[in-house]
Amino acid sequence: MKTIDGKIVKHVAHLARLELDDKELKEYSGQLTSILSYISKLNEIDTTNVVPTSHALTTLKNVFRKDVLRKSLTPDEALANAPARESDFFKVPQIIEGK
Amino acid sequence: MEKLCSLTAHKLKELMVKGDTTPLVIVEQLFSRIEKCDGKIKAFVLANKEKAVKNAAASKNSGKLAGVPVLLKDNICVKGELTTCASKILAGFKPPYDSTVTRKLEDAGAILIGKANMDEFAFGSSCETSCYGPTKNPWDTTRIPGGSSGGSAAAVASDETILALGSDTGGSIRQPAALCGVVGLKPTYGRVSRYGLIAFASSLDQIGPITKDVEDAALLLSVIAGYDEMDSTSVDLPVPDYAKALTNNVKGLRIGVPKEYFIEGLDKEVEASVRSAIELLKSLGAEVKEISLPHTEYAVSTYYIVATAEASSNLARFDGVQYGLRADDAKDMIDMYIRTRSQGFGNEAKRRILLGTYCLSTGYYDAYYLKAQKVRTKIREDFDKAFQACDCIVTPTSPTPAFKIGEKTNDPLSMYLSDIYTIPANLAGLPAISIPCGFSKAGLPIGLQILAKAFDEETMFRTAYTFEQNTEFHKKRPAL
Repeated sequence: MKTIDGKIVKHVAHLARLELDDKELKEYSGQLTSILSYISKLNEIDTTNVVPTSHALTTLKNVFRKDVLRKSLTPDEALANAPARESDFFKVPQIIEGK
Repeated sequence: MEKLCSLTAHKLKELMVKGDTTPLVIVEQLFSRIEKCDGKIKAFVLANKEKAVKNAAASKNSGKLAGVPVLLKDNICVKGELTTCASKILAGFKPPYDSTVTRKLEDAGAILIGKANMDEFAFGSSCETSCYGPTKNPWDTTRIPGGSSGGSAAAVASDETILALGSDTGGSIRQPAALCGVVGLKPTYGRVSRYGLIAFASSLDQIGPITKDVEDAALLLSVIAGYDEMDSTSVDLPVPDYAKALTNNVKGLRIGVPKEYFIEGLDKEVEASVRSAIELLKSLGAEVKEISLPHTEYAVSTYYIVATAEASSNLARFDGVQYGLRADDAKDMIDMYIRTRSQGFGNEAKRRILLGTYCLSTGYYDAYYLKAQKVRTKIREDFDKAFQACDCIVTPTSPTPAFKIGEKTNDPLSMYLSDIYTIPANLAGLPAISIPCGFSKAGLPIGLQILAKAFDEETMFRTAYTFEQNTEFHKKRPAL
């Protein structure tokens, strides 16, 4: 059985932009190990030459709309939920180091 | 007294047409019921009395749902009204636009009364992962109402709303409907627009009705169904007149009973109720036959890869930039993302994001996500084959009646397995309904699930309606 140890959980958490304390790392490591061990059941099935289903509707084709102007949100509407705003922009902490 | 609250939408419509009652009287009785019951049930995260009363008083609409109160699950966007998915990370979020279902309901004259509790981001089968705390089952308040649309189902069961909408990704409408003794319907994938439904797993999610009887489910579906250019996965097919499918007649109908669903883990009382429901349909003239869906035992595994992978991707948007929570004191942008997400998401959301991220990560994508998509094909093909021999499939909705609050919170895998009978319909995109079919000795409701071919909601309605017309289970209400 594959063990999802604390180190792996920490790496995956970082990919998902989550930070876990030691207690959480231990808990998730145990739970993910047992969930993934249950899931490994899928290896019992031979899926050679099986086409993967990415979508329940097999008939769906790419959908385009006409390239015409239509009403969209005003800047005030789009920014109404912003945790921080400056003029017509979402304000965020510094991204690039230095001045 | 709040006796109007216990009626169905179709009955209330009749009374309003005759002039025996008005939308305002209904809404006022409903809010007095909510004030009386919801302290105990906690189905609502937002009860919008002022707006509902105002809209009911002004109601002049003659649409299909004129003057009928409807409760929405908290992941369905209503312009300018709190929509939080029962998550701290969406604290204070007021969408700048309406979901398509909201617009359709209002166009049909419905009175929106508020928002229903749910598992955080619809991640759960018990309503216990909500940041607001759990909703209680109206039949026994020490038990869970099911989930994730637990607030919607509990509110319908306790007569705190006439109609409700939920969303169903792996059983989130049907399982709580079964556990609360009401009707819950997941439409065919693509039948109802997902525009304005905050996404969990985009290839599985559907919005659908939770109601007191099958006729109301057909009525509500007829209002929300249809193509929407704002959802490119909605399907451009005409919406049939579902009311016409409500015939009390299953003569000659071929009903399949999958042998793989009657297995270890299925509660004896649930099995007995479902078996006698099948006998009843047979005695009404249906042709019942055993069928096989050989890949059933792989459905939960397939689902927990596909659903968590899509969820981890969908939930990447909650980063503290555009809406909802933003953590303080971040030293830079990445730190802000990490602090916001770590503070904002609850345990189950983190667990699913981790599982999904792992299944999509370099080196594991083929082994997990791609493998699951291939098994999903096998599960779909099982149904294609089965539907050559039958017109609909009848199964239990949930392996057990409602379990105790706290019983499964420390064992995620056992919680996941409570969706074992509902998940296949989402993986295959099929319509499925849960209707009341009995009670356990302890007085807890039991649900019967009916699945049909894609876009054949009519056969599903016909079977469900016939069963309902010949039984009394749907008329029983919890004492509150």
